[in-house]
Amino acid sequence: MELNGAEITVRCLQEEGVDYVFGYPGGSVLYIYDELFKQDKVKHILVRHEQGAVHAADGYSRSTEKIGVALVTSGPGVTNAVTGIATAYMDSSPLVVITGQVPTHAIGQDAFQECDTVGITRPCVKHNFLVKDVKDIAPTLKKAFYIARTGRPGPVVVDIPKDVTAAKAEFEYPKTVSMRSYNPTIKGHAGQIQKAIQLLSRAQRPMIYAGGGVVLGNAAAELTQMVRGLGFPCTNTLMGLGGYPASDAQYVGMLGMHGTYEANMAMQHCDVLLAIGARFDDRVIGNPVHFFEEPRTIIHIDIDPSSISKRVKVDVPIVGNVREVLQELNKQLAAHKVKPDADALKAWWSEIDLWRSRDCLKYDRTASIIKPQLVVEKLYEITGGDAYITSDVGQHQMWAAQFYKFNKPRRWINSGGLGTMGFGLPSAVGVQLAHPGETVACITGEASIQMCIQELSTCKQYHLPIKIINLNNRYMGMVRQWQEFFHGNRYSESYMDALPDFVKLAESYGHVGMRIEKPADIEGALKEAFARKDQLVFMDFLTDQTENVFPMVPGGKGLSEMILV
Amino acid sequence: MRHIISILLENESGALSRVAGLFSARGYNIESLTVAPTEDASLSRMTIVTSGSDEVIEQITKQLNKLIEVVKVFDLSDGEHIERELMLVKVRAVGGGREEMKRLADIFRGRIVGVTDKDYIIELTGPGSKLDAFLGAIDCSLILETVRTGASGIGRGDRILKV
Repeated sequence: MELNGAEITVRCLQEEGVDYVFGYPGGSVLYIYDELFKQDKVKHILVRHEQGAVHAADGYSRSTEKIGVALVTSGPGVTNAVTGIATAYMDSSPLVVITGQVPTHAIGQDAFQECDTVGITRPCVKHNFLVKDVKDIAPTLKKAFYIARTGRPGPVVVDIPKDVTAAKAEFEYPKTVSMRSYNPTIKGHAGQIQKAIQLLSRAQRPMIYAGGGVVLGNAAAELTQMVRGLGFPCTNTLMGLGGYPASDAQYVGMLGMHGTYEANMAMQHCDVLLAIGARFDDRVIGNPVHFFEEPRTIIHIDIDPSSISKRVKVDVPIVGNVREVLQELNKQLAAHKVKPDADALKAWWSEIDLWRSRDCLKYDRTASIIKPQLVVEKLYEITGGDAYITSDVGQHQMWAAQFYKFNKPRRWINSGGLGTMGFGLPSAVGVQLAHPGETVACITGEASIQMCIQELSTCKQYHLPIKIINLNNRYMGMVRQWQEFFHGNRYSESYMDALPDFVKLAESYGHVGMRIEKPADIEGALKEAFARKDQLVFMDFLTDQTENVFPMVPGGKGLSEMILV
Repeated sequence: MRHIISILLENESGALSRVAGLFSARGYNIESLTVAPTEDASLSRMTIVTSGSDEVIEQITKQLNKLIEVVKVFDLSDGEHIERELMLVKVRAVGGGREEMKRLADIFRGRIVGVTDKDYIIELTGPGSKLDAFLGAIDCSLILETVRTGASGIGRGDRILKV
């Protein structure tokens, strides 16, 4: 039987087992919305802005390992979605974004709500397609899901003109995909794995540096097994938090610009570095010239060959799926009964413990104003470390990363690569829908939250009991911090004037609002809020305006050139 | 260092812009870029002349391979290869200068493919350096117009780029 393109599109989503589509209707996608209306397998979540749709799909994906799906209309629908798509691209999040397009005969005519979607999104997608024939919808969507999830994951855009959604064709969803131009490497090279084993077994000052690839590649269990077996120190990147349990003794904290003293010093002074699903980016190793002043041998496991030797020359590259490679490594380590040099390791750990004793994350716990770090610590205690935490971008994001101990992967959802303010609330929408009974909190700031605050309405519509922790210091805190450190205290445009009354704002959307002004009230407020299992609670914490994030590796400096408290 | 890179890619609309966009987005040089379908109409072959350190060229190769529509990437400069470029040049040719221009074209094994009473169009094929040499040999005030295709290249002997 012939179906129209819109029905084919929806049937494809059903075939892929998609349960939620996050979207916003418009002229070019009306046929698709009509088909969504006629079925109930794929549930549609109506957001309030297309950026929110993509972030929600992204949050859904990051917290589940499934593919997030968004649906937006042509023109402004697409341009609004671009920030979300670029966010997902930078953090390798697998999404399929279906975009409406003006009818094929109108393409290139500057039609109403027309934009060159394939052109605009090209630099921030893993791949994109323009479907010009209804017969191509099913094979294209099959490819889109395949490309999004395999290899290094990423967002794929499928642009479908309106007339193509109205035209008819026979529907058959392809069972398999074969592309001569796309065959990601899965298994690591056996010889390279052997070299890695030898290096690890001879290491005197080993260090394991695990990134977002461990989380995306579902390799946390394999990583934990290896690190514990070897007894080596392990650090996680911002994207990798939860990849190795943060409360474990071998965990030395997050590394990088706002990483711990011990993690950064161990990175700088190790003799064998094993990098796993990480990419040595500027916020992680600082100045690469400084990083190279200390000699070390680097082993790098990554699914993406272009991540290897991009910023830092690597000695033993292993291209492959992180999980498969770690499984093989664990097998070989056991088979060869690899025992690291115990004396050397002991000496190395005592050096690390000395760095640890600097207590680089200390802050004034007795202050009479609320310290933002204390709020995150209390949040950790009250949620038992078991919540899904989304965040926006800035100081609050760093405090969340430093003070919430993530022991499980896919619990920490943040925009690490693109650094998108406005990510926190809409991504929490996706996370909460994916995990209906679980605790979801969004740690944000008064500047970030206002970038997608309209999604409070979406939360009301779908009864999402997200807990918003607004660390309100009346400043774009991270901008203010840089201005204090590097621009002579000239706080140019970083003061958040004319703030709304967040309590009333939350109430006007039908939620619960709370304002917390004293440190003594933090715990009680959090308990009260989390006891409201079926309500969204917006907690506006008035925090210390002058608090800064420490330690800090200033831009362009080396890892051991940290500013400490 | 200068490199000449051959790429086989799916002959689909947009594939060229993905490659060109990659070079501009990542700040790589393009000295020239040529592309045309191959004997297999589903594939295009592109030749890019670029320059950069070994690290940059390694990244270029990896980033090209990462593009979904790229089937194969081959750095011709890694071994023996032939490189050719086509140039058409329109020159003023009047009076005694006509014979002189004809002789010069012959020396460079160029062919005169267009003639009016005031000008010649000369076709010249060879490595870029030869085309440069020809332009250097004629009085620049006589050059009315030039057009060059950019380099195409092919590996010698067993160095074959095919699916």
